[in-house]
Amino acid sequence: MKAYKIIVLAKQVPDTRNVGKDAMKADGTVNRAVLPAIFNPEDLNALEQALRIKDQFPGTTVKILTMGPGRAADIIREGLFRGADGGILLTDRAFAGSDTLATSYALGQALKKIGKVDLVIAGRQAIDGDTAQVGPQVAEKLKMLQVTYVEEVKELKNDTIVVKRRLDRGVETVKCKLPLVITVNGTAPECRARNAKLLMTYKRAKTVTELQKENEDYTTLYNDRPELNIPEWTVNDIETDASQLGLTGSPTKVKSIENVVLQAKDSKIISDSDSDIENMMIELITSHTIG
Amino acid sequence: MANFYTDNSELKFHLNHPLMEKIVRLKERNFSFKNEFPFAPLDYEDAIDNYDRVLEIVGEVCGDIVAPNAESIDAEGPQVVDGHVVYARGTQENIKALNQAGLMGMSLPYKYEGLNFPIVPYIMAADIVSRADAGFVNIWGLQDCAETINEFASEEQKEKYLPRVCKGDTMAMDLTEPDAGSDLQAVQLKATWDEKKNTWLLNGVKRFITNGDGEISLVLARSEPGTKDGRGLSMFIYDKQLGGVTVRRIEHKMGIIGSPTCELVFKDAPAELVGSRKLGLIKYVMALMNGARLGIAAQSVGICEAAYREALEYAKERMQFGKAIIRFPAVYEMLSMMKAKLDASRTLLYETARFVDMYKTYQHISEERPLEKEEREEMKHYQRLADIFTPLAKGMSSEYSNQLAYDAVQIHGGSGFMKDYPVERIYRDARITSIYEGTTQLQVVAAIRGVTTGAFLNQIRYYESQSVSPQLEYLKRSLIILTDDYERAVKKVTSADDNEFVDFHARRLVEMAGHIIMSYLLLLDSNRDDSFLRSAKNYITFAKAQVKSHAEYIRVSELSDLGTYKFEL
Repeated sequence: MKAYKIIVLAKQVPDTRNVGKDAMKADGTVNRAVLPAIFNPEDLNALEQALRIKDQFPGTTVKILTMGPGRAADIIREGLFRGADGGILLTDRAFAGSDTLATSYALGQALKKIGKVDLVIAGRQAIDGDTAQVGPQVAEKLKMLQVTYVEEVKELKNDTIVVKRRLDRGVETVKCKLPLVITVNGTAPECRARNAKLLMTYKRAKTVTELQKENEDYTTLYNDRPELNIPEWTVNDIETDASQLGLTGSPTKVKSIENVVLQAKDSKIISDSDSDIENMMIELITSHTIG
Repeated sequence: MANFYTDNSELKFHLNHPLMEKIVRLKERNFSFKNEFPFAPLDYEDAIDNYDRVLEIVGEVCGDIVAPNAESIDAEGPQVVDGHVVYARGTQENIKALNQAGLMGMSLPYKYEGLNFPIVPYIMAADIVSRADAGFVNIWGLQDCAETINEFASEEQKEKYLPRVCKGDTMAMDLTEPDAGSDLQAVQLKATWDEKKNTWLLNGVKRFITNGDGEISLVLARSEPGTKDGRGLSMFIYDKQLGGVTVRRIEHKMGIIGSPTCELVFKDAPAELVGSRKLGLIKYVMALMNGARLGIAAQSVGICEAAYREALEYAKERMQFGKAIIRFPAVYEMLSMMKAKLDASRTLLYETARFVDMYKTYQHISEERPLEKEEREEMKHYQRLADIFTPLAKGMSSEYSNQLAYDAVQIHGGSGFMKDYPVERIYRDARITSIYEGTTQLQVVAAIRGVTTGAFLNQIRYYESQSVSPQLEYLKRSLIILTDDYERAVKKVTSADDNEFVDFHARRLVEMAGHIIMSYLLLLDSNRDDSFLRSAKNYITFAKAQVKSHAEYIRVSELSDLGTYKFEL
């Protein structure tokens, strides 16, 4: 039986599901102090899909790749508690202010360094940005096949996977070759709970930065148990072009933020023809959604 | 998104009791496991952090999965298909979630893949699971049968069965038979040694077996032909993988419907002897029952918690005569007393769990090295306390779980009688707690020794010797007066020198001791955390009325009055 190498892309997000009136600051940015930082919910659905493959195919490894500030190491620990084999925290001031394009560039470069994997699994979208762009962009940048909105892996045999997609108008079953990027829908099964023994084992897993900051009583522990060291990659650890990173590499500029009530209930289908894309751009600019 | 551990600060309070440091140090053999097992704690703080965080997982799984499934499990129930149990869909989900979370075999040693938790955090998990679904806690909680294997089985058997429990195999204890309920000496199930097959074979019928189709069962059977009493009984392990036992039917019950209560037919079922022949009932079942009784006390406290919360929430929302019903004295009095009884039951539960932890841990240590003299004395001291506190806790808390469930329905009025609210199920689920693993009347039989030997009184005097802050002194003074009343009543009953007279008043005497002990425990809790003060005051007022009432009953009662209670047959 084949064992697979899986990377789960996960993001730490402010818990926007419990937004109070002080969730936004006067300057229009998110008030992170009042919103707890959590594992993006659909990334947990993605992790569960990866762990199910691991349950089914012994020897499979599941690692988490997350980009964010130092505290995002929590995401890797949460993954370890649930059965992931490890993770990498991509963290550097140079990544700050990244929009989806710069994020997918950085993640893509990190994935290149990780090397050959069979599956990259990500949540459909994050609850802070709600763009659903990062997964597909990573696939494009790595020139990998992609299947979005996945709800279930129906079959996995050697290098062929059959998945069920949840779409607005029904479900679609897709057969595809590996390697592959999958984005997972929130309708997929919930992630399993943390495991007691894994929590007791990995609760002290730390990045180097965390270890330096904290007054750790158990200094020798990290030499004796290498699995407790969470790798931390900075911009120097991956090959990058500075112009594509962070704020510089992000064409998205926030003009203003306002409260809107979303009214459209159905999604629209837009083909990839130039005319359709142009019409969409005109519509978005006219409605001041962008520009 | 509910968490049944973090939303209940009282649990954390009991987890951090001063005696825990000693319990944990003994249980972790002075933190010597850390080099062998990467999940073993490094020190006391680390261990408490483990318990705290694992209980948070228990709370999450219970809040998000077990509690929401309770209603459908109650409606659907388990079924028998081809002689085996098929759990309700929700039960299957619960088992899967708790297994994935690694919450089986919590108290078993590391070397058998357990978490090596003391009884206190394990019982706390049972308390939480029971609040979520009192029927489901039976299936999950039967893991404490593994304690009996750990205590009495051979090393080979431990290595074979305990890791399976930790991986999620459910258990059962097959004791009761159609003609052997409270009187287990009458057990008939036959165990015969088969020379050819080189195994014991079991034949006969068991009845009322909770989770009877579990993967691993402890079976009480008659191994000595021609015997009629408890001395002919031995304990066996039956492994479902080997076959030989079928489920004839599942009982249709009033409550805890999700928990399959089975009638089992044994036909040449192969089984392994546990420990020594003839000690099945006398030694092993007694240990098994004590563990199970503590489990039922936890189940009762969980039910109290659920009933109280449902009632409180309803009373705050239900408007009548222009205001929420919680504003009426008749309702807030009921709710405060519910809370006081809940807190009293819980503090007695964890006090008992600590006693069990202390002596059981010493007992395990004594298998590894000889105990020092003081250690041996301490073990005996706590064992004596555990032996009388276990039936006291089971008896008092199971009666309170019934009272709280009754009151919770009452506060809901007509709505509580309908299936629309969880209290209807809670009311039915509560009823069994004061019946199984020994009725309250049998708990009294076990606990009365604590009254007649003076052991309860000694422990009460010990609580009395603990210092409390000056503003709590007046409460202590009233408890000293109650203790005198109790002492007088005990003297009156025992001085008649008639066992029947003692039996006649036994429940009253045990309850008097119980009220005083629970009052003291709440008082000492208040001394550590003043959020318990309300319950302490209310419970002590209630205890005064109860103790005085019982004292008066006993004061006017004479041995010669017994005749007016007896029936001519």
